[in-house]
Amino acid sequence: MITLWFSIVVLAWVLFFVLEGFDFGVGLLGPLLGRDDHERGAVVRTIGPFWDGNEVWLVAAIGVTFAAFPAWYAALLSGLYLPVAALLLVLAVRGVALEFRGKGDGARWRRRCDAFLAVSSAAIVALWGALLAAFVRGLALGPDGSVRGSGPGRSLAPILTWESLVGAAAALFAAALLGATFLALRTTGPVRRRARDLARWLGTGGAAVLVVAGFGTGSRLVLAAAAVSLAAGMLARQGREALAFALTCVGVAGSVVAVLLAHGSVVLPSTLDASWSLTRAAAAATPSALSLLTAFGVVILPGVLAYQAYSYFVFRRRVASERVPS
Amino acid sequence: MDVLDLTRLQFAVVTIYHYFFVPLSISLAAVAAGLEITWLRTGKDKWRDLTKFVGKLLIVTFAVGVVTGLVQEFQFGMAWSAFAKFYGDVFGPTLAIEGMLAFFLEATFLALWYFGWDRLPRLAHAATIVIVSLGTILSAFIILAANSFMQNPIAYEMDPVTGRARLTSFTDLLLNKVNLAAFPHTLSGAAMIGGALLLAIAVWRMAAEPAHRTLARLGAWVMLAGGAATALTGDHLGKVITSVQPMKMAAAEALYSTTRGAPFSVFTVGKPLPSFSLDLPWLLSILAKGSPTATVQGIDDLQAQYAAQYGPGSYVPMIPVAFWTFRLMIGAGMLAAAIAAFYLWRTRRGADAPRSLTRWLPLIPLLPAAANTLGWIFTETARQPWIAFGLTKVADGISPGLTSAEVLASLIGFALVYGVVAVVWFRLIRHLARQPLAPPADISDKSPALAPVY
Repeated sequence: MITLWFSIVVLAWVLFFVLEGFDFGVGLLGPLLGRDDHERGAVVRTIGPFWDGNEVWLVAAIGVTFAAFPAWYAALLSGLYLPVAALLLVLAVRGVALEFRGKGDGARWRRRCDAFLAVSSAAIVALWGALLAAFVRGLALGPDGSVRGSGPGRSLAPILTWESLVGAAAALFAAALLGATFLALRTTGPVRRRARDLARWLGTGGAAVLVVAGFGTGSRLVLAAAAVSLAAGMLARQGREALAFALTCVGVAGSVVAVLLAHGSVVLPSTLDASWSLTRAAAAATPSALSLLTAFGVVILPGVLAYQAYSYFVFRRRVASERVPS
Repeated sequence: MDVLDLTRLQFAVVTIYHYFFVPLSISLAAVAAGLEITWLRTGKDKWRDLTKFVGKLLIVTFAVGVVTGLVQEFQFGMAWSAFAKFYGDVFGPTLAIEGMLAFFLEATFLALWYFGWDRLPRLAHAATIVIVSLGTILSAFIILAANSFMQNPIAYEMDPVTGRARLTSFTDLLLNKVNLAAFPHTLSGAAMIGGALLLAIAVWRMAAEPAHRTLARLGAWVMLAGGAATALTGDHLGKVITSVQPMKMAAAEALYSTTRGAPFSVFTVGKPLPSFSLDLPWLLSILAKGSPTATVQGIDDLQAQYAAQYGPGSYVPMIPVAFWTFRLMIGAGMLAAAIAAFYLWRTRRGADAPRSLTRWLPLIPLLPAAANTLGWIFTETARQPWIAFGLTKVADGISPGLTSAEVLASLIGFALVYGVVAVVWFRLIRHLARQPLAPPADISDKSPALAPVY
């Protein structure tokens, strides 16, 4: 039961990072790939009908984590209080900028929203990267499962590490590649052309960096990421946009799974003493709560996936970025 | 201020703010669904235009509700991790199931509806907004079950080994008698603020848009119906709360000693013992117990009883806050409903409302907004010192190790961002209200570039 629920938690986080990953990527690439108001409008329209439904995967992921592993949820969020608060604030800015963009009046209003969207999307991605690195590194968990430390730096310190810096850079790269391949797939005209070029350069350039890093650290995972990045770049160059996007999604999903499974059955390592680390079994809710969740989850989640797929089907048409002569 | 007070303040600020947008979303979604169904049945363009207009107000409001609601999902772990850990078994599933069952419906179908005007068959399109509306109502029911657990903890048992609560029955948790009373009361309050917003906008723009005459009367009817339902459901909720939290109702009335045939005081000066008080005889006994001669327990007796039951300490909430929020909630709600009734009466058979009334009507949403907010402040502060009544005190729910500096930093961040968002939201609503209702005749429904701009 615990394994089943851990898999569902992993699934929810993977779906969030893949689906919102391209939303963030599109957001941060908006000003780069859309050269004027009209083109930037086209960029934003590619995610318009989807982003909110995608963001609910974050609600679902954190909700399922809370319900199935209350102690994990409690330790993670209280131990990373300030970075998570910052994350929520930039998420708010980004959601509002995206949703308010088309409701105001004039090009200046939209330009401002685009700027907020790009900056907040980039900040969200960087913060997530830093947070995921902190998940892997662990927190200063005491024997009672709560995070030790005092002073304002208590919850900031875990992300002020070089691992978190690397995590932030890697996340920005992944989101940009995801956004570029998504835009190449979802638009026509100049935005599509530029997105394809960017995906090509990002894919091959990123692969080069990752190969060096992979041999430097001897990590097979990083080498696998390099291969995915290179393949996505080459596919984008050949115009195989759907495949390039799908492959990037697989790469992101794989990275998230690797982060969540980094320590096996330990969900949150303690940096103070390995025996104080939080395990899946210790963090889990009771069997009665888990079986209740199973009854709901097994019925609801396939339904959610079905109607979300339906909404992607309804809005499957590419968004035109070229100007229609009037 | 110590870290506990700051954290409570932060919870109050972000939750009250969130709860400004939530009832608006609930009621605007229901109104939009009703308008679209009317359009399907009558085929008149006026109803389609009004549907689209309410839809725009809904989508802007919903967006703020989503981003501020996300904060709610996280803050139990960030700031109240001790509560989250020990009651996660009971509390967590409600949040998870609300997300899986209701939020996905709302977010996905709202987008299908808003962007799908020319992509979906008419009937399917109307179905999407009905689903959104049902999603918002379902969401309210589940999350109120979580709050009702804090008011009246049931459906759990304590695990003697871990000291953590264990959920025994989810059905019992959902059907908590506090929830069954609070849910209709909350929905009625939501109807009042949504109706008030529509009435305000329609009256303001009536000169430019004749169709707003319909919207104004619709808004006033929704408000009036919501007001009547709020009074009835509030009466029932009061009786339920008296049975599970007698201290809360004693505090609402500042009733210090146990009294048979207790009066309801409209207005009181002087504390702790009133020097002047305008009383309505027997009313409190009727409100609390349903009988004019019933005995209502007083604060002093309850304090003694709780001290014996739970150990030494103060179990008395802030009396002036409870006393005044309770009264002002009722007053603001009833005044709003009375104004709506007056408006409906003056505009019957197509008459114009007097200028002296319409000049002030654009401010009408402030009344139900105040009533909703005061109601929640009353509900939450008069439960103090408990986070879950009789089970855990607020002071024991806070995250261990959390510092004042952290909470102060996040509180300032939330206040700044939320403040800016509120201003932008208001200006957008005003901007949307100024737009013509009907699309220009020659270019409607042709160019895809004119489909909902994002």
